[in-house]
Amino acid sequence: MSTALKDRSMLLQKEMIASHFARLERAPENKEPVVYTFVPGNLVELIRSFGALPVLPEINALQSGMRKQSGDYIAEAERVGHSEDVCAYVKSDIGMLRSGNIGPAGTKIPKPDLLLLSYTGCYTFMKWFELLREEYDCPAVFFHVPYQGDGVLEPEHREYMLRQLREQVIPALEKATGRAYDEEALRERLTLAAEAEDHLVAVLQSAKHRPSPIDGYFGTVYYVGPLFSAFRGTPEGVEYYRTLREEVEERLAAGLGPVTPEGQLNDQKYRLVVEGPPSWTHFREFWKMFADEGAVVVASTYTKVGGTYDFGFRHNPNDPLGTLADYCSGCYTNLNLPSRIDMLVRYIREYEADGFLINSVKSCNSFSAGQLMILREVEKRTGIPGAFVESDLVDPRYFSSANIKNRLESYFQMIQARRVGGLA
Amino acid sequence: MSCVVGIDLGSTTTKAVVLDEDGQVLGRGITNSRSNYDLAAAVARTEGFINARFGLIQQRLEQTGGAEGVGRLRRAFVMEQLLHQLRRLEQLMLEEVERSAPAHVKQPFCGALREICRRITEEEEQRFRQPPILRSDFFRDAAGSAFMRIAEEVADPLGGVSFDRLVGVYDKCIIRVENEPLDLDFRDHIGDALKRLDNPPGLTDAVDYAASRDLTPATTVGTGYGRARLPFPKEQIRSEILCHGLGAHAMFPETRTVLDIGGQDTKAIQVDENGIVTSFQMNDRCAAGCGRYLGYIADEMNLGLHELGPLAEQSRRTVKINSTCTVFAGAELRERLSLGEKREDILAGLHRAIVIRAMSLLARSGGVSDQFTFTGGVAKNPAAVRAIRELVQENYGDRQLNISPDSIYTGALGAALFARRMVA
Repeated sequence: MSTALKDRSMLLQKEMIASHFARLERAPENKEPVVYTFVPGNLVELIRSFGALPVLPEINALQSGMRKQSGDYIAEAERVGHSEDVCAYVKSDIGMLRSGNIGPAGTKIPKPDLLLLSYTGCYTFMKWFELLREEYDCPAVFFHVPYQGDGVLEPEHREYMLRQLREQVIPALEKATGRAYDEEALRERLTLAAEAEDHLVAVLQSAKHRPSPIDGYFGTVYYVGPLFSAFRGTPEGVEYYRTLREEVEERLAAGLGPVTPEGQLNDQKYRLVVEGPPSWTHFREFWKMFADEGAVVVASTYTKVGGTYDFGFRHNPNDPLGTLADYCSGCYTNLNLPSRIDMLVRYIREYEADGFLINSVKSCNSFSAGQLMILREVEKRTGIPGAFVESDLVDPRYFSSANIKNRLESYFQMIQARRVGGLA
Repeated sequence: MSCVVGIDLGSTTTKAVVLDEDGQVLGRGITNSRSNYDLAAAVARTEGFINARFGLIQQRLEQTGGAEGVGRLRRAFVMEQLLHQLRRLEQLMLEEVERSAPAHVKQPFCGALREICRRITEEEEQRFRQPPILRSDFFRDAAGSAFMRIAEEVADPLGGVSFDRLVGVYDKCIIRVENEPLDLDFRDHIGDALKRLDNPPGLTDAVDYAASRDLTPATTVGTGYGRARLPFPKEQIRSEILCHGLGAHAMFPETRTVLDIGGQDTKAIQVDENGIVTSFQMNDRCAAGCGRYLGYIADEMNLGLHELGPLAEQSRRTVKINSTCTVFAGAELRERLSLGEKREDILAGLHRAIVIRAMSLLARSGGVSDQFTFTGGVAKNPAAVRAIRELVQENYGDRQLNISPDSIYTGALGAALFARRMVA
């Protein structure tokens, strides 16, 4: 039994997060600069190379959702005039800010010295930082990543990004931190990033086995946490992923499944691919609906919002700025619909899935627009029926347990009935 | 004889279907779900078995020639049940007055209630002697409308017995009558029913035969929203999606697309040649455009649910309605009325609006294939059926539209067929 090892990576992550937030809280007195940035296209190695500490507002928002605080925060944001249809992450963050800015670890989140916006397909991010710039009266820098509308980027797109990095982003960081750009420091960070990325990909791809030793959605949102947030390019990050990989490989060798809210899921009746973010306010409840039916998620697209490493990308220390540009343009949010369809189809085939599910998020048009077309197209290309449920990121009002449970149960029973050809 | 039972615990009504060992429908039962699924399931089941016994009476009489008396016996039986419930209602109302009314009004109050009940009884007996007309099968609907009408006549506000008082005590007690497991079993009322027909010898023999048959269900399968309440092991619970698919297939074997509009959800289902579901879509997050919407409209207009469709059918000019939000239904309606629109035209528009919502679910699930079967409570509504016909024709061309007069039992039938497969 791998309980001890499993605890080790979870414990590590907990400690990493706690010490990061503690350091953030002391940042003003320690004169450590703080840079806010978003998960998709985050330039955390670059930020760290300037000795600055990253804050990722949507991670705070999803944590508020998991801690059942987002409902109150959203209400607070709506009181000051944000509409019901605005992205729930934004409202949770604004509400948190207006309620004393106490973050998920119970510590105060410091004000930003710089808002670094990598624009990777989500227009709302831009508006979000516009609001924060207003609230904090702080500098902001905009890094425009061209959208992959045609599924590929041309060399001039890359050149355009490099120019922005050199002429805008780096000078803004230099000004905010009072330190000069240090390419060697960046290279070191990128080397550490690539090492952690290798481990993560091994973990993700372990789900190709039967039984899968991981849950590629519910479990994996925890696994991608450090790499998608503050810990890419850090020694702690590498240590975490090395530990995690060992644990997963141990489960794999022992033929064990992932640990779910219902215990270890070894008897895996259904293998699924999932598109869309989870509902954070009802995360465990949602997961339990899968685990209760013996369903394991083998791959998901949401766990690629902070990088599509399993398709080969690694941060490359030999081309420090170029690799940052490549990383940003390849994030899942920056991909067009055909690329997203290709990705789902590829997952279904490579991970031998029995079905796929779309969790469509009410307040995230960036993810949800076009999902029904994705559903139809993936069904057509794989011959596998898709399921479609709707909920929200962190707005607890939009999670209807009875409806979603009903839908999922029906879906699993349908897969089962089709398997046995009507003799269910 | 061995039989199986399917129970569909819907949000509005609970249905039961009893199948004999050849898979033929022996009996069906329906009751309103109230807020008490256990009781609803018990009542629907009892009624299913009562109907099964009537089925046996019919079979017996057909063997011995001439089954004409069964319809009348059935009506007599239903009336006996109703009068039994009315007596119970009267008793509860008198007790309530005794307990809570001011001393000086007790006597006239009780007198008025007795008079109302006496007149309802008289009306029912009168009704029995006349040709049958369509009305709701539920005690609440049948007794309720008569109670209100007569209460208005007998109310004597100056004597301390206002209409409001009468309705108040009725409202309080009708809930109790509905939520008490009343003795409505076959044996309890069939004797009285026969007596009303002067105990015709052929019928009496058939009744004896039917009453003596042992109808012990080999197994029961439950479905519908309340299915989790059923004290069955997991294998005996099926999703209503699968049950509706299989039930519709049993009714119309060439069915490939099924639309079910129920109380609080709408389901678009595609099935294969064996009745196995291949794809489905349901409304999410919001029950707009479901049967319940029509329920609210009926309440707002002071009409019975079954009166809406026929009224809408009189429309000559459909009003365009955009909102199908159930919460706003009343406002939408009043707004239109205030603009001078006719009730029937507004209603026609409302029916079309909910069907448009259903069309979008059908499109999501894969369109409308031949043959197309419409089920659920709303399939009883002629205006909804007309709107479906028109919209399917506009969007998909010629499709055979199947609607069974027993369409409300589709889910329960599917559940019973699953039960039969478990026994086989």
